[in-house]
Amino acid sequence: MRPITAEEIESLAIGAWILGTGGGGSPYLALLNMRQAYRQGVVCQLMDASELADDDLVAVVSNMGAPLVGQERLTDPKTMALAVTMMEEYLGRKFRALMSLEIGGGNSIQPFMGAAVLGLPVIDGDCMGRAFPEAQMTSFAIHDLRMYPLTLADVRDNAVVVARAASWKWMERISRKACVEVGSIASTCKAPRTGKEIKECAILGSTTKAIGIGRAVQAARRAHRDPIEAVLEVERGIKLFSGKIHDIARRTTEGFLRGTATIEGLDGFRGHTFKLAFQNEFAVGWLDDVPRVMTPDLICVLDTVAGDAIGTETLRYGQRVTVIALPAPPILMTPKGIDHVGPRAFGYDLDFRSVFA
Amino acid sequence: MRRRVGIDVGGTNTDAVLLEDGSVSAAVKTATTPDVTTGITRALAGLLAQAPDARGAQAVMIGTTHFTNAVVQRRDLGRVAAVRIGLPSGASLPPFVDWPEDLAELVRAEVVMLEGGHEFDGRPLVPFDTRGMRAAARRIREAGIRSVAIAAVFSPLNAAGEEDAAKILQEECPDVAVTLSHRLGRIGLLERENAALLNACLIELARKTTRAFTEALRGSGIAAPLYLTQNDGTVMLAEVAEAYPVYSFASGPTNSMRGAAFLSKRDEALVVDVGGTTTDIGSLRHGFPREANSVVEIGGVRTLFRMPDLLSLGLGGGTMVRGAAPAPTIGPASVGYRLTEQALVFGGDVLTVTDVAVAAGLIDLGDRARVAALPAALVEAALTRIRAMIEEGVDRMKTDAGDAPLIAVGGGSFLVPPRLAGVSEVLNVPHQAVANAVGAAIAQVSGEVDQIFQDLTRDEAIARARRAAEDKAVEAGADRNTINVVEVEDLPLAYLPGNSLRTRVRVVGDIAG
Repeated sequence: MRPITAEEIESLAIGAWILGTGGGGSPYLALLNMRQAYRQGVVCQLMDASELADDDLVAVVSNMGAPLVGQERLTDPKTMALAVTMMEEYLGRKFRALMSLEIGGGNSIQPFMGAAVLGLPVIDGDCMGRAFPEAQMTSFAIHDLRMYPLTLADVRDNAVVVARAASWKWMERISRKACVEVGSIASTCKAPRTGKEIKECAILGSTTKAIGIGRAVQAARRAHRDPIEAVLEVERGIKLFSGKIHDIARRTTEGFLRGTATIEGLDGFRGHTFKLAFQNEFAVGWLDDVPRVMTPDLICVLDTVAGDAIGTETLRYGQRVTVIALPAPPILMTPKGIDHVGPRAFGYDLDFRSVFA
Repeated sequence: MRRRVGIDVGGTNTDAVLLEDGSVSAAVKTATTPDVTTGITRALAGLLAQAPDARGAQAVMIGTTHFTNAVVQRRDLGRVAAVRIGLPSGASLPPFVDWPEDLAELVRAEVVMLEGGHEFDGRPLVPFDTRGMRAAARRIREAGIRSVAIAAVFSPLNAAGEEDAAKILQEECPDVAVTLSHRLGRIGLLERENAALLNACLIELARKTTRAFTEALRGSGIAAPLYLTQNDGTVMLAEVAEAYPVYSFASGPTNSMRGAAFLSKRDEALVVDVGGTTTDIGSLRHGFPREANSVVEIGGVRTLFRMPDLLSLGLGGGTMVRGAAPAPTIGPASVGYRLTEQALVFGGDVLTVTDVAVAAGLIDLGDRARVAALPAALVEAALTRIRAMIEEGVDRMKTDAGDAPLIAVGGGSFLVPPRLAGVSEVLNVPHQAVANAVGAAIAQVSGEVDQIFQDLTRDEAIARARRAAEDKAVEAGADRNTINVVEVEDLPLAYLPGNSLRTRVRVVGDIAG
């Protein structure tokens, strides 16, 4: 276990936004909360999963809701902590640590917000290794772990415990319904995990990985080097395409933001087009109508000059962007992983082929 | 005959033009004065001397960077009470949370956070704490605070909370200036609140400045209504605009680029605007400046204004040249509006870029004899460095690798070499030195709406947003019959129930009358 510095949280916000693969929500407001906490003298601890006893309990937390609502009803450490203490009350047991549900986007910082209030350490890891839109798209689901109970806290002292759910889909339906009722934003504590489950089924080290990506971007900017090259280097990623956004089509179905973005090539990619399909996060990319990259490989769209990640909600005509692929965690690449998070899980009748194969 | 007077008040120069039926019939350039108004009076006098018909203009448009400069330079800012309505939500991130500390210290007089606000679907979050608001209003009165910014959660969807708070303030302290965040814009509480706070700290300056503009205009014998130009290249009636100084933040560069498009009759080109202190490089798309992708910071404060995507270089006519050949330093310090006192050719003792240009024969200004002794190697080296600065800037602003045309405007456009790497042609147009005033004179009036609509078809939502935007444009001085939709954007929202559609519509129309 080691203290995590304010600078590392700044780097985490940058790296996590890139790992968000277009979704996960901007970490900006969560970062502001952490700056406030650190200004008041808080220092969070980052804990390696190996330090957990097998029967320790870990709270897996995330913010739930519509990213746009989050821009008005600003995320608050107290609500995050409330979801965790509610779960402790329900279980009649104390947690040893907190962990992020997804390292991609704002949820990377949520456990630190809860930890800042509760004084608990944060596990270096998550259960997606990126961002995904649906509850069953986690390493815990791939390992068939139990999906209940779940606690959901609203800032107005409304609290919901989902004691049981027949499946991941049911858990998603019930908790989503409760979330919408309280204004489409809530803090949640997912099914508690034992130290053993974390060690065997979580995606470990992803917090450190996100910090490393962020730090590489910051160092490149300071040295006036290309931040995208720096990301590719540190993560052994592949540059897929570079150009400007030519067309965007978005629609919401079943509560998800779905759509496509077409990029016209510039410089070395002139004369080619790249099409991206997304469901909150980027799912598949085609180079000149031939599938080039697909989930679970991480598909990240970055501002060509600044290197900042661009979300599927903020894509705009004329933006100059670079598409890169980063390797996915091994658990997502197993046949069972592909069932949960491969192209068919997003409705694309494609056989998964990694760009890193 | 349609007559429009356009005036641009820059950091260095105040320019004025008369447009008659769409062509420039008179133009003057004068020095900006510390009090701003004297410069405008002089510019108008010069214009009337050239074209007495300017007295019959139907509209006068002024563009100014005065308010942006006030924030950037931290001067003439008022102290503000921030009222946030939305507790228990957002308690951990109070108003001014991400402001530079020096600016927050200057502006923050009082922070009030109260229960209230709304949900995305218009339901109240919690009942509005009217009693708390009344107590806060009394504190504000007792503390002698003169300007208040109010921001409520989801106020762009339901403004009732902000309006109720304003009513209470009106009752308790009727003299206080109130800025309501929903009038400034978009979804995104912190950014919208920041805009309201910036607006509130500028409101007294804006009022004073706008009234001084009006007096200068009346003093010149012009009876036409006065408009102020906005970030998007449109105008608002001065009496409306004085309540919204933040809307004029980027109007200077926008006017230059719009003027460049108008004068060159090119809609797709790069524009380089060389002023007294800075050179701005931007890109024209369909005759309007390409907008920046990302969040725009003003004086270190995050906002969601749509601003032109600009690259600003510390290079202008008043930029100081220091050191010697072969590697003199160009800027970024500038003598600004004191160019005509401090530059060598004007009898001063500061070597400026203008002196170098005069020595090289690029322009004839002041007393040429005073730069005759400048070493030729220094002049050569300075010009080489200036060319490299412009070439690099142009390259950074280009959207692709091909050569593009470049329109040179601004009082310092003589510094732009006729041939540049990566540029297909450098376009020098008549009246290029006053392009910004031309851009002001051709401005139209706009209205914009950005709202979430539920359970409407896309067409119904857009129609409703369009009607609201048209009403706003008419309120700002547009002729309803000339209004056109210039932008429609709709964004379905993830994880919201039903059919939630965020719709943004922007319309523009000609000035009424």
